[in-house]
Amino acid sequence: MATEFHNLQELRHSASLANKVFIQRDYTDGTVCKFQTKFPSELDSRIERTLFEDTVKTLNNYYAEAEKIGGQSYLEGCLACLTVYLIFLCIETRYEKVLKKISRYIQEQNEKVYAPRGLLITDPIERGMRVIEISVYEDRGSSGSSSGSSTTSSSGR
Amino acid sequence: MKNCEYQQIDLRALRTSTTRTSTNKNSQRVRRKWEVFPGKNRFYCDGRIMLARQCGVLPLTIVLIFITSGLFFRFDCPFLVHQLTVFIPVIGGVLFLFVVITLLQTSFTDPGILPRALPDEAADIEKQIDNSGSSTYRPPPRTKEILINNQVVKLKYCSTCKMFRPPRTSHCSLCDNCVERFDHHCPWVGNCVGKRNYRFFYAFIVSLSFLTSFIFGCVITHLTLRSQSVNGIIQAIKESPASVVEVVICFFSIWSILGLSGFHTYLVASNLTTNEDIKGSWSSKRGEESGNPYTYNNIFTNCCVVLCGPMQPSLIDRRGFLPPDDTPPIVTSDTELPHFMAKNDTNMCTQSTKELLESVAHSTMIQSTCTPGTPKTTPVSQESLLSTVSITVSPSSKSPSTGCSGRQARRPIDVPCSQRGSKQAALHTHKTMLRVSSPPYSLGHSPIILSDAPNMGFIPLN
Repeated sequence: MATEFHNLQELRHSASLANKVFIQRDYTDGTVCKFQTKFPSELDSRIERTLFEDTVKTLNNYYAEAEKIGGQSYLEGCLACLTVYLIFLCIETRYEKVLKKISRYIQEQNEKVYAPRGLLITDPIERGMRVIEISVYEDRGSSGSSSGSSTTSSSGR
Repeated sequence: MKNCEYQQIDLRALRTSTTRTSTNKNSQRVRRKWEVFPGKNRFYCDGRIMLARQCGVLPLTIVLIFITSGLFFRFDCPFLVHQLTVFIPVIGGVLFLFVVITLLQTSFTDPGILPRALPDEAADIEKQIDNSGSSTYRPPPRTKEILINNQVVKLKYCSTCKMFRPPRTSHCSLCDNCVERFDHHCPWVGNCVGKRNYRFFYAFIVSLSFLTSFIFGCVITHLTLRSQSVNGIIQAIKESPASVVEVVICFFSIWSILGLSGFHTYLVASNLTTNEDIKGSWSSKRGEESGNPYTYNNIFTNCCVVLCGPMQPSLIDRRGFLPPDDTPPIVTSDTELPHFMAKNDTNMCTQSTKELLESVAHSTMIQSTCTPGTPKTTPVSQESLLSTVSITVSPSSKSPSTGCSGRQARRPIDVPCSQRGSKQAALHTHKTMLRVSSPPYSLGHSPIILSDAPNMGFIPLN
């Protein structure tokens, strides 16, 4: 553990986790995976409402696409039934493909939108699709020894 | 407004820290998450195959199927091929394969287990629940009402998994897991039947009913034809005693299997689960018009959705890796440590941040707020909230687990799962209380101190 300490202290920002905000599921349309778009008050001063809502709405759209019941899913289901479901061992289902897209989207959002604001979104699949966990990082203020990364000052908020 | 500065979380720097920590991992044996899974399940093939711990009568099921089919192929097929057609063993073989494959898939597939809530999430949920009693007062079972398709549905709080169960989810007391779209725990297949393996289960019982009917029909035909040729049924039976065994097994199985298939066909067509049907969740009670909010009101659509709908991957990451073994359990119990680790194949960003979190959590630090104006919940009260709520966890509603055969389908077995949950909660509280120390809390802008003192604990804020 001591090794990790020194790595931490070497990291210039030493961002520390202050809070976690959980976006719960929205069950009004049934058991389909959908998250509430209500803007949590803890993020009020950290991120713009529209950006947050865009992220959640895009995620909801992705999940809706994954769970869409239509021609392709029926085809997949019938084919699986005929092959005694052994096909699931061989091919990647559409759901898994969409989950990979979601993973990439979340990573991109984190890099472009959330990390600059001291926030980090956790992929809901790691939380059993129950919540979108947003970690809120607080900085202790003046930077210590710098190691090359740039500082964003958001005191103008 | 705020005086502190937010610095960009340097993802590249986080990634490099991850690679440094992962090289340390290689020197010790890495464990996979299935090894510390909190539910009562057994794992084989390094986490690829899972079963309930009580596998029930699965061996009996397999033995019965193999014996009956074996006797059929060995003793009845030669006669029938000679007398009738060669397609009889072919059809029998195909049905037998279907039955065995679907049975193994039902038994070894994750039925849709929901991973348990992490401490942060559980604490957040506890905060949202109004807890206005002293530590001796036991609050009533927690429920949350939501609207699904304009119908009120109650979500219950699961004290073992520490979350509000999604709709149609139930906690199986035999497996000690919350299972999505919980149908029932089937002792014959040795596993719960839930969202992910219901189609396998349905295919199993349908193909098994075809197989038993087919074998029964063929054996009766065999005995009839033989008795005609040897002028007496008794003689025929003496010549082929195995057929009698098959007849007996098939005769008694057919009633229950056909009944079960019919029952589940009805459930599939109306998009119900055994659990809901037995509890009468959507029957018109109290004179109210309450239908099933999940049905599509079309038999064909319901069938397609239930049997051919999209297949969600397993939510419990069985084969993911745990963090290194040398992390001392400061706040959480060991069983909840693996939930912090991300999957290896997900984005590095969250994984590395998780490791950062982990290392931060296991280091010692005193956190402070950055907002001079707005006082946050003090850590001390947060801790007391956790301990109060954990101790006074109320018994959640009982979860019925039903037998699988058609005759027994109406007799649910109620086993409370709260006692186990309370013990775990008490254990968490005990560990948390031992190690927590109240930090000097100030509303001012105080710096975060990273120190090496091992006897100070980390209080999770929310």
